Amino acid sequence: MKSPRSYSRIFIALVILLVAVFLVNVSLGSVSIPFSEVFKGLTGGEVSKSSWHYIIVDYRLPKAITAILVGSGLAISGLLMQTLFRNPLAGPFVLGLSSGASLGVAILILGAGIFGGMLGGWLTSSWSLVIASALGSFLVLLAVLAVTLRVKDTMAILIIGLMFGSVTAAVVAVLSYFSNAEKLQQYVFWSFGSLGNQSWSGIGILSICTLLGLFIAVISSKSLNALLLGENYARSLGVRLKRTTLLIIISTSILAGAITAFAGPIAFIGLAVPHITRQWITSSDHRVLIPSVLLFGSIIMLICDTVAQLPSSEYTLPINAITSLIGAPVVIWLLVRKRKLIF
Amino acid sequence: MTITDTHRILKAQGLSIGYSSKKAKHIIADRMDFEFREGELIGLVGANGIGKSTLLRTLSGMQKALEGEVYISGIALSSYPHSELATQLSVVLTEAPSSKNLSVTEFISLGRQPHTNWLGTLSDLDKEMILWAMEQTDTNEIKDRKCFELSDGQMQRVAIARALAQDTPLIILDEPTTHLDLYHRAYILKLLKRLANDTSKTILFSTHEIDLAIQLSDKMMVMTPDSMVMDEPCNLISGGHFEDLFPKDSIYFDTKTGRFSVK
Repeated sequence: MKSPRSYSRIFIALVILLVAVFLVNVSLGSVSIPFSEVFKGLTGGEVSKSSWHYIIVDYRLPKAITAILVGSGLAISGLLMQTLFRNPLAGPFVLGLSSGASLGVAILILGAGIFGGMLGGWLTSSWSLVIASALGSFLVLLAVLAVTLRVKDTMAILIIGLMFGSVTAAVVAVLSYFSNAEKLQQYVFWSFGSLGNQSWSGIGILSICTLLGLFIAVISSKSLNALLLGENYARSLGVRLKRTTLLIIISTSILAGAITAFAGPIAFIGLAVPHITRQWITSSDHRVLIPSVLLFGSIIMLICDTVAQLPSSEYTLPINAITSLIGAPVVIWLLVRKRKLIF
Repeated sequence: MTITDTHRILKAQGLSIGYSSKKAKHIIADRMDFEFREGELIGLVGANGIGKSTLLRTLSGMQKALEGEVYISGIALSSYPHSELATQLSVVLTEAPSSKNLSVTEFISLGRQPHTNWLGTLSDLDKEMILWAMEQTDTNEIKDRKCFELSDGQMQRVAIARALAQDTPLIILDEPTTHLDLYHRAYILKLLKRLANDTSKTILFSTHEIDLAIQLSDKMMVMTPDSMVMDEPCNLISGGHFEDLFPKDSIYFDTKTGRFSVK
């Protein structure tokens, strides 16, 4: 019988890999800084140039931490949704959370152009985007929760989530139609996603949200395992379905909502990482899957970010494009190699 | 009376089952009284759509009774906390597990959930019970296979092992012999018979295998559109209750052989 403990070697290997990828991520960038100096900067030692110190501690380090939080959070919420809905296509955003966030941001950016002055001045604050995005997600969350309490069928929640997504996308389309090029560009840039330029206080809030979402996922892992048998079996094992469904939805919403608020609608990670993980970790046990998915999510996000910042060039590619450019071939390669989807 | 009470696992009193909507109640079976005792194998038979599954769903607490009450180990079903009921009653459903990627061991181990801690960690006792459940059902050899690799007969044995691992005095199975060949139908029902005798668990199963059920069950419940009769198979035959099971235009019940034949 394989207990979570028999996977400890894999966990240790993944943690070592995570540390390595983290160090590589912090060492590379548009300005080349020797590794010894990077190490000094990270451990609080004296760095020979003050500009290097600034780049390492106030730019690269927060970006790497954000990448870990974003990668692990999105991957976990993807896993939760795939188990809850028993659907390999489910991801963190099936409930329409990112559409809600997009709507919030679209109203802020595009609406400011249309409705004029009142919102315009407020726009300059970096927190305004975060707040608009969080509000949008939160409204969709409330709607989804209201639906969850009413409908009996879990699949209905999935469809209703998709409907919320379509409605908000439509509103965004209407707003875009009436907007000028400059505002549109600003909105499009937000939708590319970004890990950089996070303040430490922002990272603090993001960490708290990620930990809270993770905590709920961990305490739900026993019920998640029962759900692998199907809802009726789960109920016969003493699982309180409604409460479990609510907890899983709340956990996903906190994770995906907070991450979208700070880093934009980052696609693909949430859908793909659970599948990539299942190809290596054959267990269906969530006590094994949750830590594995968390580690894989962080590692893959760090790699994507390393590639996105195009080492030793001054350009940074949109992170949203990189996650798909790197991730999609990996998933295709894994599926073709193993010839079947493990789900 | 005290002796009979302690050996009574389930008791239904004035039980009416069916579906209720805002407008009307659709009653499937009205005011039934029956009881199950320790160590009994009970076969539930009836035509398609007569309400066998509804009865099983009601007895296992998945569906509310329209009227009356079901008592399991002396406590009313409607007042059981979810977690408590899971230690009294386990089920084997017709539906396949939603994750076919579960291994046989993982599948059976999930039966221990009502007994494990908040994280579902298996204790030595849990592992012993899982091993025992595997031995009883001959699933030891296939324990590392994934569910999608199993035949229908193997899957059914694994599902029964999961219910055994749950270690409950009452097991309810919904049509455990569907999709199985004759050998496996007999195998599964004989397994249930042995388990009921050896472990003094009470086992209720619905089936269309009327002749096998007559041969193996201690008691049978016969559901017809008008009534539900529960008795020992021989009494049911002499009482002529099987004749009412189906419309009489194409098959008849032969009381001598205890099986249906084509007219």
